[in-house]
Amino acid sequence: MAGSNPNAKPMNLTLKVWRQKNRNTEGKIVDYQVKDISPEMSFLEMLDVLNEDLLRKGDEPVAFDHDCREGICGSCNLFINGRAHGPETGTTTCQLHMRKFSDGDTIVIEPWRANAFPVNRDLSVDRSAFDRIIQAGGYVSVNTGGTPDGNEIPIPKEIADRAFEAATCIGCGACVASCKNASAMLFVSAKVSQLALLPQGHVERKTRVENMVAQMDKEGFGACTNIGSCAAECPVGISLENIAILNREFLAAKATSNNLV
Amino acid sequence: MFPESKIPEGPLAEKWEKHKFNVKLVNPANKRKYDVIVVGTGLAGGAAAASLAELGYNVKAFTFHDSPRRAHSIAAQGGINAAKNYQNDGDSIFRLFYDTVKGGDYRAREANVYRLAQVSVNIIDQCVAQGVPFAREYGGLLANRSFGGAQVSRTFYARGQTGQQLLLGAYSALSRQIAYGKVKMYTRSEMLDLVVIDGQARGIITRNLITGEIEQHAAHAVVLATGGYGNVFYLSTNAMYSNATAAWRAHKKGAYFANPCFTQIHPTCIPVSGDYQSKLTLMSESLRNDGRVWVPKTVEMAQKLQKGEIHVNQVPEDERDYFLERKYPAFGNLVPRDVASRNAKMMCDEGRGVGQSGLAVYLDFSEIIQRIGAEAVSQKYGNLFAMYEKITDEDPYKQPMRIYPAVHYTMGGLWVDYNLQTTVPGLYATGECNFSDHGANRLGASALMQGLADGYFVIPYTIGDYLAQTPPKPVDINHPAFKEAEAEVRGRINKMMSINGTRTPDDFHKQLGHIMWEYCGMARTAEGLRYAKGEIQKLRQGFWSDLKLSGTDAELNQTLEKAGRVADFLELGELMVDDALHRNESCGGHFREEYQTPEGEALRDDDNFAYVAAWQYVADNQPEILNKEELTFENVKLTQRSYK
Amino acid sequence: MSWISNTFSSSIGRKIVMAVTGLFLCSFLVVHLVGNLQLFKNDGGLAFNAYSEFMSHNTIIRIMEIGLVLGFGFHIYEGLLLATKNKAARGSKYVSDHIEQNSPWHSRNMAVLGSIVLFFLVVHLYNFFGTLRFGTPLVDAQGNENAYALVVDAFHNIFYVVLYVLAQFALLYHLLHGFQSAFQTLGLNHRKYTPVIKLVGVVFSIVVCAGFAAMPIYFYFFK
Repeated sequence: MAGSNPNAKPMNLTLKVWRQKNRNTEGKIVDYQVKDISPEMSFLEMLDVLNEDLLRKGDEPVAFDHDCREGICGSCNLFINGRAHGPETGTTTCQLHMRKFSDGDTIVIEPWRANAFPVNRDLSVDRSAFDRIIQAGGYVSVNTGGTPDGNEIPIPKEIADRAFEAATCIGCGACVASCKNASAMLFVSAKVSQLALLPQGHVERKTRVENMVAQMDKEGFGACTNIGSCAAECPVGISLENIAILNREFLAAKATSNNLV
Repeated sequence: MFPESKIPEGPLAEKWEKHKFNVKLVNPANKRKYDVIVVGTGLAGGAAAASLAELGYNVKAFTFHDSPRRAHSIAAQGGINAAKNYQNDGDSIFRLFYDTVKGGDYRAREANVYRLAQVSVNIIDQCVAQGVPFAREYGGLLANRSFGGAQVSRTFYARGQTGQQLLLGAYSALSRQIAYGKVKMYTRSEMLDLVVIDGQARGIITRNLITGEIEQHAAHAVVLATGGYGNVFYLSTNAMYSNATAAWRAHKKGAYFANPCFTQIHPTCIPVSGDYQSKLTLMSESLRNDGRVWVPKTVEMAQKLQKGEIHVNQVPEDERDYFLERKYPAFGNLVPRDVASRNAKMMCDEGRGVGQSGLAVYLDFSEIIQRIGAEAVSQKYGNLFAMYEKITDEDPYKQPMRIYPAVHYTMGGLWVDYNLQTTVPGLYATGECNFSDHGANRLGASALMQGLADGYFVIPYTIGDYLAQTPPKPVDINHPAFKEAEAEVRGRINKMMSINGTRTPDDFHKQLGHIMWEYCGMARTAEGLRYAKGEIQKLRQGFWSDLKLSGTDAELNQTLEKAGRVADFLELGELMVDDALHRNESCGGHFREEYQTPEGEALRDDDNFAYVAAWQYVADNQPEILNKEELTFENVKLTQRSYK
Repeated sequence: MSWISNTFSSSIGRKIVMAVTGLFLCSFLVVHLVGNLQLFKNDGGLAFNAYSEFMSHNTIIRIMEIGLVLGFGFHIYEGLLLATKNKAARGSKYVSDHIEQNSPWHSRNMAVLGSIVLFFLVVHLYNFFGTLRFGTPLVDAQGNENAYALVVDAFHNIFYVVLYVLAQFALLYHLLHGFQSAFQTLGLNHRKYTPVIKLVGVVFSIVVCAGFAAMPIYFYFFK
């Protein structure tokens, strides 16, 4: 069986893969050769081929995170040839296909690198810092039940659309990985903007931004210097405008909230 | 004697209200004395964990993902149904109920489905309050679209990412409870066994996927929200990690497994492109609203296309067979999922399939592009077309898409009563993990609805009924049952680690997938199923004697994780075959070639098979016992579905 | 009052300090440039010296000078602190990093550019401010300190001229990122106005830096 293009020629590639036993040990780049890679394969399927090969030889396969393989769950997170999610913009690693590479290429594959994202093993990193930031305030405090009818509060379509665009963040961490400062500002701003734009989020607007930013700093992410790498590499196109909204929300909250700490 | 389904007495529309009044309540001061384990953090699990914690219970939530936000609920595209009747087009709770029972080919429980339709309206309110950015009209009110052949517009959506937005809503509610300390979240933890004490579910055994540690967790009740088992087929639209292990372990500890053979094959997926293929990608069903499905009229032409000797755009109009329009003039390309899938397979079986493998049909947009222009088409389907191009490198604006059916959803699952309790007291199953609401075929935009209904609005009531009858003293983690279950888990892991054979877990999984797809897929025969059963048994033996793993179990070892899941699929697969073999009728997603009308449509046998087949585990390598829950239909009339 | 220190020691708070002081320093650049344009007046430096005398002895200006020192101080301190912290946040370096494919060089090297400007600033202050304030400068025909003579003198030294022009390039790129970045940091990002701010930023950066660079070049070649 093969795909749509009967003329697609299989490729041989050299992979330089980051191997690291666990978070307490040093890692290093190890070279591997993979053969007969179809251009129709996804990047992760190419890694599957490598792993099957390693396992058959009695070596340990390369650990990496992935799940849905359709670009929405945000699990996959490879730094490929110096770019978060590889060379194609607007694409997660799982949606990157081998036709973007050529026979004989050398591909360097590394994990996301940030102090706040320790390496679990090989290419798998711990992004629980993101969860803790959301736990600090990335929600509307409503319990189940007792909520008003969905049509009770009309929300202008334009606002709903903008909130949706911010809400599409998949939490993959490419923004942190590609930022020179390992800043998580794009991630945090996407959630803050979504809830700042919607009336449902207004009640807790001030405490939310104060707490989420405090947690972000506590996790050890860097500060934003408006370079723009994050938005350029974001697979779902979260805009820098959200960071401006975050800054604005933060300033307004600090200036007007009753919080004395 | 079959455990009772506990359906409340009284008229359909009053059952749930009455039941809510009749269930026992836990004193508010006592709630914090009860521990509840929730396994899985998708729509059903995340919603349940958050809601139970809000009520005051101590919740321990588990996911094998690195974050609760990654559950596969996130991938649902189309939308979520609710009987709001915002469009004034004649929708009602009864209509949603009716459509769902009929769409499920009359193999679902009336009372459960009616409750689902009732709470569907609350779900939308809840999600809006959480800040889920549903699509809206210019006037600021919620927008709807029609979906999956329904005759009313009742589907709420957030562009093509409804599942993502709903999951992030549940995740935010869960995160809030984690921050409050009411939910203790265990990420990268996989449930490997259920602990049963005196016949009641009292805890689970998990493996920490990072350190490999085996852990014991005790609770007064356990909720499984671990999704479906579509990955038995190896290739499916499920995520790579989606698995049946938690449900299957529970099954082996006493929970009956209902209707395992009811699997849904979705007609519009991107076809397989090679042996390396790891998963299949769905193209939203909405594409069939405007795309026309066809194959070449002759095998000769199909072969030319397969070999690439002719380009699809060069096939003359009179050489094209728009087979759905031809066979079903009334519904055309919009026939339900099972019918569309089966017909695509028939065309390929006749040798008229396209693509290099011959396992694909065309979904052609040239007519709509001509009619309304590429720009307008892009407004409707732009993101789907882009996704298709990314994967296949073909431009659907310039040539037809190639599509083929793929396994998408499993209607079967753990048997539950009206309270969503399994046959093990204290063990509950919600969402796709249970069997309850979709019968033999699920309608579009109903999976999200069921997951959230169970999690937000059903389990918080029904679990109280059980807990109120359980003394609020802590569960004894030193009970020998925990040690036994842990020893069992360790024994399995050690066994797998020590085989040291030659074949990888993926290798076994792929072979199992081939067997299941070939003999227990879109069309099944008694003969094929019997053959498949033997093959699966052989494969299972092979697995336990020739498995190859590497590394150790005391570290992140993804191959070991995979092996454990494949081991369970190898047992579940056989049960699916048994179930398909015993059900001598065709209904919904279960099509037995022996049972069809002269026109080739599914032929139900309501006299003999209007029941839920609930399978009871006895011992390894022994046939399971079949229990039947008879289905009674008092509010809908059973008819043969026709889409001619 | 811990909220004040907490606000300004948070990552966004520090950025805000950078943005506010940066914009303040931009305003200083305008004043400085406009004043110095008098160097081009063909009067042997009389007007320039008068302006210089005013600037160094007017009380209000002297008070504002303290603000300027604070502005520079905070901008430099926070800038270096952010650069250090941000570098540390990365942890280990990528083996292969092609960040140049997603962002312009100057936006990533504000600390380097700023340090060049800082070095220049020290030399610049030593040359002029130091001599005028603490040395014994000559006086001109009107009895004002002859700053003009200092300028003429310095700008006939090829090393100074090269340093000044290079420093203006560094400042140009520093401003190209810094100007619009300050607005983004202050939350002023709008579909309508941001393109305008960006354009103004580019024009501002070029005009200011070209203006300053023109001085040493003019004196070296024409005076």
